[in-house]
Amino acid sequence: MNFLYHFGKYILMLKRMFSKPENAKLYWKEFMHQCADIGIGSLGIVTIISLFMGAVSAVQTAYQLVSPLIAKTTIAQIVRDTVILEFAPTLVCIVLAGVIGSKIASELGNMRVSEQIDALEIMGINTRTYLIMPKIAAALVTIPMMVILAMGLGIYGGRLAGSASNILSTDTYDRGLMENFMPYNITFALVKAYTFAFIISSIPAYFGYHVQGGALEIGRSSTKSVVVSCILILLADYMLAALLL
Amino acid sequence: MIEFNNIKKSFGDKVVLDGISHVMETGKTNLIIGTSGSGKTVLQKCLVGLLEPDAGEIKYDNVSFTEMNEEDRKLLRQNIGMLFQGSALFDSMTVEENVRFPLDMFTHDNMAAKLHRVNEVLEKVNLTGTNKKFPAEISGGMKKRVGIARAIVLKPKYLFCDEPNSGLDPKTSMVIDQLIKDITLEYNITTVINTHDMNSVMEIGDNILYLVDGKKEWSGTSKDIIFSENKLLNEFIFASEFLQDAKQMRMYEAKGKDMSGK
Repeated sequence: MNFLYHFGKYILMLKRMFSKPENAKLYWKEFMHQCADIGIGSLGIVTIISLFMGAVSAVQTAYQLVSPLIAKTTIAQIVRDTVILEFAPTLVCIVLAGVIGSKIASELGNMRVSEQIDALEIMGINTRTYLIMPKIAAALVTIPMMVILAMGLGIYGGRLAGSASNILSTDTYDRGLMENFMPYNITFALVKAYTFAFIISSIPAYFGYHVQGGALEIGRSSTKSVVVSCILILLADYMLAALLL
Repeated sequence: MIEFNNIKKSFGDKVVLDGISHVMETGKTNLIIGTSGSGKTVLQKCLVGLLEPDAGEIKYDNVSFTEMNEEDRKLLRQNIGMLFQGSALFDSMTVEENVRFPLDMFTHDNMAAKLHRVNEVLEKVNLTGTNKKFPAEISGGMKKRVGIARAIVLKPKYLFCDEPNSGLDPKTSMVIDQLIKDITLEYNITTVINTHDMNSVMEIGDNILYLVDGKKEWSGTSKDIIFSENKLLNEFIFASEFLQDAKQMRMYEAKGKDMSGK
């Protein structure tokens, strides 16, 4: 029953988010501000994670491929496909759920508790449209971009680790990247990225917007939003893989 | 004028407002007083639409607010200013941006005109020169005044204040009270104030509504309070001996006698 209550409230929040903006210019400004916050603000962590996940993936794949019958280019293929299919969209989005999700939930929660949301409502502003919509739109624009960046950096990380550990030369690695490439994998990864971006932004927005109480509840809702987002990302990951692959 | 009839509101089994009716008059400071938990804040939230009453009707200048659709309410709310207990300033914006925000959102004026209006209201609340400060850099009293400036920048017809004096020293409280009173008279607006502050009650209470356990117990002016024989009201307003003496003094003053009764 509790799940149905929250699900219904979440759907109503999303439904009420779609209304005519009072002033398109201010909404655009807020959207750009959120793009900078979500996108540029998370660039550092995405870069570090992506480089290392590619590097670790290359070293561990090489460790497991002990047969001399398997070409070294296979390592590059495995790194490429795991990074594109799973690591870049899922791992990066799980980390972003922590980084962006907690930020959205605590920002909205603080606004709720300090009556800033009420102040906007009194002015005649649809707070769901003004506060939540730009965050979701910004996440839908910037997170897929970061996933694409993570793909490139992950593959590059594998290349760096491969040559640094003398596992395979950069030429062999580059040749491996060209072999058996399926462009559909990119489409699939982007479908995942858009789905996860929606989860990462809308779930914390729901928890933050509906906070009741004080500082303790803001912290709780922030943690809850990250946990729920991560679970939903993993669930969606499995469902998309089962449906689309 | 804001008129409300038979307002009822419950949260679960707890009845918070139990059939309250009253008229908040234009050009007057209308006070809602009562002990903590008596329903003041809930009543004010119902009046501005932050909470929906379970029953009853609210009318703004004879137009039913209760029956309005969301779009009409949004339009009406552009005529409402509200000062919140914690000021509710946007912490990421400067004082100037906070006050300018309603102008940015709802007017098509150029920047020069907006800044002129912002400076005008900041001057009115005695905050000239604080434009570039952030809320974290100013005192509680200044925050309240920024809140008032933001509430009146669009020249509203209705001003709501939730505990405008909470957390302020007596001198600053008097400044805020006087400011609200002056604004009410100057703009001829309907001002509704939730307060615990007895000084406010006595100094600016043109029309007072006293709530007890979600019910209307008494209403009248600050002068009527002096002569009121309502036991609950007297216990609430004149809780200390000092205030009881003050009441006696006011009574004698009103009757043109001195403290000895002559």
